[in-house]
Amino acid sequence: MEKFETFEGIVAPLDRANVDTDLIIPKQFLKSIKRTGFGPNLFDELRYLDEGQPGQDCSNRPINPDFVLNQPRYQGASVLLARVNFGCGSSREHAPWALTDFGFRTVIAPSFADIFFNNSFKNGLLPIVLEEEIVDKLFKEVAGNEGYQLKVDLAAQEITTPSGDTIAFDVDPFRKHCLLEGLDDIGLTLQDADAIRAYEAKRRASAPWLFDAIK
Amino acid sequence: MAGKTLYDKLWEAHLVKEREDGTALIYIDRQLLHEVTSPQAFEGLRLANRQPWRLDANIATPDHNVPTTDRSGVIEDEVSRIQVQTLDDNCDDFGIVEFKMDDIRQGIVHVVGPEQGATLPGMTIVCGDSHTATHGAFGALAHGIGTSEVEHVLATQCLIQKKMKNMLIRVNGQVGPGVTAKDIVLAIIAKIGTAGGTGFAIEFAGEAIEALSMEGRMTVCNMAIEGGARAGMVAVDEKTIEYFKGRPYAPTGDAWDLAIAEWSQLKSDADAEFDEVVELDGKDIQPQVSWGTSPEMVVGIDEQLPDPEQESDSVKAEGMRRAYEYMDLKPGMRMSDVVPDRVFIGSCTNSRIEDLRAAAEVAKGRKVSDKVKQALVVPGSGLVKQQAEQEGLDKVFEEAGFEWREPGCSMCLAMNADKLGDGEHCASTSNRNFEGRQGYGGRTHLVSPAMAAAAAVSGHFVDVRELS
Repeated sequence: MEKFETFEGIVAPLDRANVDTDLIIPKQFLKSIKRTGFGPNLFDELRYLDEGQPGQDCSNRPINPDFVLNQPRYQGASVLLARVNFGCGSSREHAPWALTDFGFRTVIAPSFADIFFNNSFKNGLLPIVLEEEIVDKLFKEVAGNEGYQLKVDLAAQEITTPSGDTIAFDVDPFRKHCLLEGLDDIGLTLQDADAIRAYEAKRRASAPWLFDAIK
Repeated sequence: MAGKTLYDKLWEAHLVKEREDGTALIYIDRQLLHEVTSPQAFEGLRLANRQPWRLDANIATPDHNVPTTDRSGVIEDEVSRIQVQTLDDNCDDFGIVEFKMDDIRQGIVHVVGPEQGATLPGMTIVCGDSHTATHGAFGALAHGIGTSEVEHVLATQCLIQKKMKNMLIRVNGQVGPGVTAKDIVLAIIAKIGTAGGTGFAIEFAGEAIEALSMEGRMTVCNMAIEGGARAGMVAVDEKTIEYFKGRPYAPTGDAWDLAIAEWSQLKSDADAEFDEVVELDGKDIQPQVSWGTSPEMVVGIDEQLPDPEQESDSVKAEGMRRAYEYMDLKPGMRMSDVVPDRVFIGSCTNSRIEDLRAAAEVAKGRKVSDKVKQALVVPGSGLVKQQAEQEGLDKVFEEAGFEWREPGCSMCLAMNADKLGDGEHCASTSNRNFEGRQGYGGRTHLVSPAMAAAAAVSGHFVDVRELS
């Protein structure tokens, strides 16, 4: 995973609650056996006026001009502003894969679904939880200012608005560390291999059936 | 000091190490694998030159993409075929047990795991699928994970976790006749909302939950994620232990005695404290039908559809308006006004033998309405299908005009050929009514198997209790 560096980017507002993972990346695209290439199908049913098929060239498809990501002012957006319970539904990691492949590096919302939130950190996508009033205010500012950008500084846990106001956010220290350093957490866990083996030995003595082989 | 919840006990029993940064390493006893969320995990292992930590803790079966029609040929859709083939190849290469498409034990992972005794009480169970909470019905800690975590579990047999909060949902008293586990869980989601359980592990309890069969408890836990909670669970009782007797991968002999002694402890202490407690009265729960595009948009079959103008939360009201537009319904209507174009009985929520029996009871001696284009029955596994056929349920369905299919996820998420057409309404026993979930432009109404069968034979949604 690449290190998460401080960046400044255009904000795209997605003004609907409970955006589910089926909406983020519809199921037909989950048939891919790769981690990349999901960007053109991000929000497929909202972005295009036809039904998308896996492997299709999306450049000739009819575009829904009303959808926010199709509007010229939000081209190149890297911050997605969203509403409550973003990412609810399935555990598909294809959702953060599609968002990052499209170019998003951060999603800001009042709340996220647990599995999506967790999956995002594994893929260099920073989900930021802000209070509903602050998110509301950001929606208004984005609507009123074309080219509205936010600076996202993970190390300082701070967002800076174009007018220079700063908004602090919380982030789990372990996840922050992994994002900033671009760490592979399997490698970190394997540093505890002895502790895992010790656990297994102890558990096997009291609950041997848990170690019966599936064969 | 307060006692411990069931979740507290399961957490402590699997704690490998608490780390200084507040996270914990949790040991995983069982991983279930399917074709959609595992290929990138296997690829990750290969790229990093890593071997699985404990091969024989994993079990695999293809379910999302498999055809439910004749399987003697190859899968027609090329991308689906490649994905299923990739699972077969990965399991063969690494040496992981897989019930392939032609194996009678193949089926939906969440039906197959318990059926084989591969998921047991007291275990930690994960799968790259959010409906893994199903296995919590047996007093296990089970939840969905993403593909990076699938790889993490393959490589380390552990997950890095933070402890969730405890929520107790108690359903007091008994539900009336014709009211099922599905109605109970839909009523719960309607009450707490789709984000109500976010950050929590939910324990379902109370007389109405205790009275459910293991199949019913699986249905309830299955939909914990639709209430926002990754994990749902029910305490172990006699029924739980009875369920596992004689299952292929369940312990036997001395190990069985040892296991049931431990399993009997898998319940919350009487003085356990929960961060949140929600109570419902069983007698208030009617057969439920979802009307909108979120599992919280649910009404009792005898109720009018709600008015967004009466909703004080503006974001919620906007969601309701969008749902009405997508579903082509109006506030004040009743679900009995709606004709299902298709009926789907199946999915990890409702495809077990008890579900098929309940639907067959309604279908028996009746005919699928001319208004309904298609009514599908998709058993959860090859063994469920076999059992149903031994009981003659396939004949009951076919005589009534239902199609009797091969096992898989099927129209729950329409990754195979079973899907809704644009604008079609479906009476579905699945778990999600999101936009496009069952097919592009499709309109899903979540119901119990009995309610789905009743809608099929009536040509509109109807209170199943009026039929009997």
